[in-house]
Amino acid sequence: MDAHIQVNNLNVYYGRQQALKDVNIEIPKKQITVIMGPSGCGKTTLLKTFNRFLELTDGAQITGEVLVDGENIYDREVDVTEVRKAVGLLAQRPSPLPMSIFDNIVYGMHIHRMKRDRREYKAAVKHYLEIAGLWDEVQKRLHDPATSLSIGQQQRLCLARGLAVEPEIILGDEPTSALDPISSQNIESRLLDLKQNYTTVIVTHTLRQARRLADYVIYMYLGEVIEAGPAKEVFTNPKHERTKQYLEGLF
Amino acid sequence: MGMRKKHLQKRHLVELFMKTIMRVSFVIVAGALGLILWTIISRGLPALTWDMVTQVPKGGYYMGKEGGILNAIIGSAYLATGGTILAILLSLPIALYLKAYLGDSKWGGCVRLSLDVLWGIPSVVYGAFGFALMIVFGLRASLLAGIIVLALIELPIMTRAMDEVIRRMPEDLEHAALALGSTKFEVALRVVTRQMLPGIVTAVLLAFGRGIGDAASVLFTAGYTDRISTSLMRPTASLPLAVFFQLGSPYPEVQQRGYAAALILTIIVLAVSLGSRWLSARLNKYTVK
Repeated sequence: MDAHIQVNNLNVYYGRQQALKDVNIEIPKKQITVIMGPSGCGKTTLLKTFNRFLELTDGAQITGEVLVDGENIYDREVDVTEVRKAVGLLAQRPSPLPMSIFDNIVYGMHIHRMKRDRREYKAAVKHYLEIAGLWDEVQKRLHDPATSLSIGQQQRLCLARGLAVEPEIILGDEPTSALDPISSQNIESRLLDLKQNYTTVIVTHTLRQARRLADYVIYMYLGEVIEAGPAKEVFTNPKHERTKQYLEGLF
Repeated sequence: MGMRKKHLQKRHLVELFMKTIMRVSFVIVAGALGLILWTIISRGLPALTWDMVTQVPKGGYYMGKEGGILNAIIGSAYLATGGTILAILLSLPIALYLKAYLGDSKWGGCVRLSLDVLWGIPSVVYGAFGFALMIVFGLRASLLAGIIVLALIELPIMTRAMDEVIRRMPEDLEHAALALGSTKFEVALRVVTRQMLPGIVTAVLLAFGRGIGDAASVLFTAGYTDRISTSLMRPTASLPLAVFFQLGSPYPEVQQRGYAAALILTIIVLAVSLGSRWLSARLNKYTVK
């Protein structure tokens, strides 16, 4: 397997409580990996180790390695802002920045000095809003506040904003759980379109969404990875009893 | 169908009664405001000549029949501006400390309660307190002492208003900016500031409005003078005291200066509160609610 992210002996503690136990997994390049499992199993915790978001949580301690393209993102020499530029995050609820639709997209490109002049920014804004499927709806109101958009539109704006800093990996922390069915479907189809160019890792608690999106599946239970493998194998022929029970909806 | 009006039921009468009470109280409040404005304008406007705003009183503010109130205008500008700046320097760290370290803890609650109590203390008590402090430090009535006491009066208003603004800052917002690879400084400068600025501006202007109109505190601490203040260590005139002293004079010419001062003070307070509403509406356009 051509692994984009490799996790070695990862342990996470919140105070004395262990949230992740000796996780060793690989996440394939340019595919959609879905992390699933019951609530409190450590899905989101694992996801947050990939963009070093866990260190924003008080009292979280991490041991082990997370390699992105072979480089340990927890190495002292690594710049956390570069990690987060390369590994984008689509959060559970969209959180537009307090500025216009246009400036929301420009923000990330601007702090990373990615474009030279306003013409380039304008072109990039159009490009990424098109990718996120939002351009037609907002092209006439680019300078309106981002908060004037509907929740579903805001989530697509957040997707466009994340893509604008040119990440290689997209993380999604239950990215459709706050959305209505049509908006959810919209986001899902964007993610499917994008997987040719991006490695995508999605946390979800809905099994049906996992089946629709996943190329590769990681099943977790109580902080441990129980089973990981290609979606077809795991869904049709789970090796582990617990995975089978979960897929059958027993808990 | 049983949907027609049968007769006046008791609950309909209650509603009618309540509505009437609300209307009457509105009329009372609006009427009082109108009456105050009418009095100030009808008496102040004729007195508001060019000389009034460009000259200091001649022959003493209490007795002299000529000259204007430039001393009070400039004095009040100094006092309120200085007090507000000093209050910002104290309030902002307190508000940030409340957010960052105390949060909603017991101590946070104690600090907030103390501030609320301070908010309610009459300004004459602040004046007396300031006067007591001045005696301890051997300070005389001066612009500096006035600024310090006004800052103390403004402090609780400003801190509590800022505290509310900071508490309402959505945490998601910082995370969203960090997820794009911002440094913490960039988050503070480009995101947090943008989100909180409207509220902070409102807090500052609110406190300024209270500071500039306060008479009792500066009575003890800043004194009064006919001159335009040029030193922090000398007494200064102020608009509220210009009203207080000069309206009490037996001479109509002197009373004119009192009415003019009242009108100017009202205009300033009105302008500040309308300005802060306008500004916060403008700045609030993009903030996340």
